Amino acid sequence: MTEAVNVGRLRVPPRAKRGEVVEIRLLLQHPMENGFRRDTLGRSVPRNIIHRLVAHYDGREILRAELGTGMAANPYFAFFTRAGASGEVIIEWEDDLGVKGSLRAPIEVS
Amino acid sequence: MRILALSLALLAAPAWSQSPRSGLEFQGEDIRRLQGDDFANPAMLWAERGAAAWQRKQGAANTSCADCHGAVEQSMRGVAARLPAWDARLGRVSTLEGRITACITREQRAAEPAPESHDLVGLLAYVALPSRGMPLRVDVAGPAQASFERGRELYAKRIGQMNLACTHCHDRQAGKTLLAEKISQGQPTAWPAYRMEWQAAGTLERRLRACFLGVRAEMPNYRDDDLVALQLYLAWRAQGLPLEAPGVRR
Amino acid sequence: MKRRHFLQLGGIGLASTALPLHAQQLMPAQDLAPLIRAVVGDAAPKSGRIRITLPQLAENGNSVPLELNVDSPMTEAEHVRSLHVFAERNPRPLIASFHLGPHAGRARVTTRIRLAGSQRVVAIAVLSDGSAWSNEVEVVVTSAACLDEMSL
Repeated sequence: MTEAVNVGRLRVPPRAKRGEVVEIRLLLQHPMENGFRRDTLGRSVPRNIIHRLVAHYDGREILRAELGTGMAANPYFAFFTRAGASGEVIIEWEDDLGVKGSLRAPIEVS
Repeated sequence: MRILALSLALLAAPAWSQSPRSGLEFQGEDIRRLQGDDFANPAMLWAERGAAAWQRKQGAANTSCADCHGAVEQSMRGVAARLPAWDARLGRVSTLEGRITACITREQRAAEPAPESHDLVGLLAYVALPSRGMPLRVDVAGPAQASFERGRELYAKRIGQMNLACTHCHDRQAGKTLLAEKISQGQPTAWPAYRMEWQAAGTLERRLRACFLGVRAEMPNYRDDDLVALQLYLAWRAQGLPLEAPGVRR
Repeated sequence: MKRRHFLQLGGIGLASTALPLHAQQLMPAQDLAPLIRAVVGDAAPKSGRIRITLPQLAENGNSVPLELNVDSPMTEAEHVRSLHVFAERNPRPLIASFHLGPHAGRARVTTRIRLAGSQRVVAIAVLSDGSAWSNEVEVVVTSAACLDEMSL
């Protein structure tokens, strides 16, 4: 199972009232190999985790995460932001192999 | 009188027989909640992968699943709840995975996908989605009967160093506790499913192979006729239970 | 080898025949103090303010739901700067650091973590005034009842 994994899901409310606190949910497909496992032939499986994840909204950083080997595979996150202006939520991440990913979703603020 | 009572007892269902209950009822609160949350259910990542694979043209025929079958919501509605079934073209009983791999090699003229590859598990999850909630109903008569009988025999056959058959855990001991876990009835309604132990989604075949290992028996190969027969018997045994795929299990 | 050690090892060997492999590899609890100092500096964390929601009993250590929550107005003047979570028996105890700010709107992060066996989980919040707060919970992680190909 060494296929490239680049699937993710991002959910934000498409519309929000100014000042409203909205929930952002994120689910990424990633093995989060912790580097402590061995395969069926006894070979060590090298560590490969998403070690950094950043969320921006309306040009501002709302969350920055440094992740370790204790994060579950296919990591899930839910966090919040306060709706200011209409704009995009942008999530960017990078794993130990240097593979980068991003997801974006708009919020329309009234 | 005594003879009558004895023959009635023999006719009645065995003491351990229970009405079919989804494996979900034997999971803890977290897994039940996770399966009920279509956003957080990690198996949906595979379904999303399957949605992309459904649209992708591949093989010598340069066709996609969608080119022939259109939208899964229409063309695949109910299909996953009726399988495994006899396939006249293949000349054998086939699972959903068997149908999909046959389509890939025969129609798309592409290489047969490896068992448990992400895209294949994804296709299974994506194709099963429009049948979610539909009761399992498989046809075990006619040409499927031999495979069905083989499945029923395997289910009751003692195997491995532990000398156990499926029935010993999943009928007689279902609902009891093994270490900290509740033994399920072994109903196959969630598959393909995300399994916490694997940290990935996988097929019922992978789960069944793990059962063989669990009783220290030799594992059948993926796509082996015996594994297909067992899946047909399990689907018949679960008749009427709604399909939950793609689900979540321990 | 001393006789006592030999007996202890024998006892472990006996116990482990009934347990899947990953359940046998219990790490000793590690001292979190230097790891906590590395993320919060010299200010000693006081007890309170941060709430940890984790199941008391986790069915599978591969994926345990976790929520960290601090009551904070999350304004420029008063907000949570960061949240950190540690598991003292994980091979690498620092599980994650989340840097927030006034734009987060609410100081609450939900995720799923790995726990290598039953243990104490500690979370730290660093606030905009520089103060650090901590809380901890004990989680029991149960072992899988059935062998699986991955445990070989």
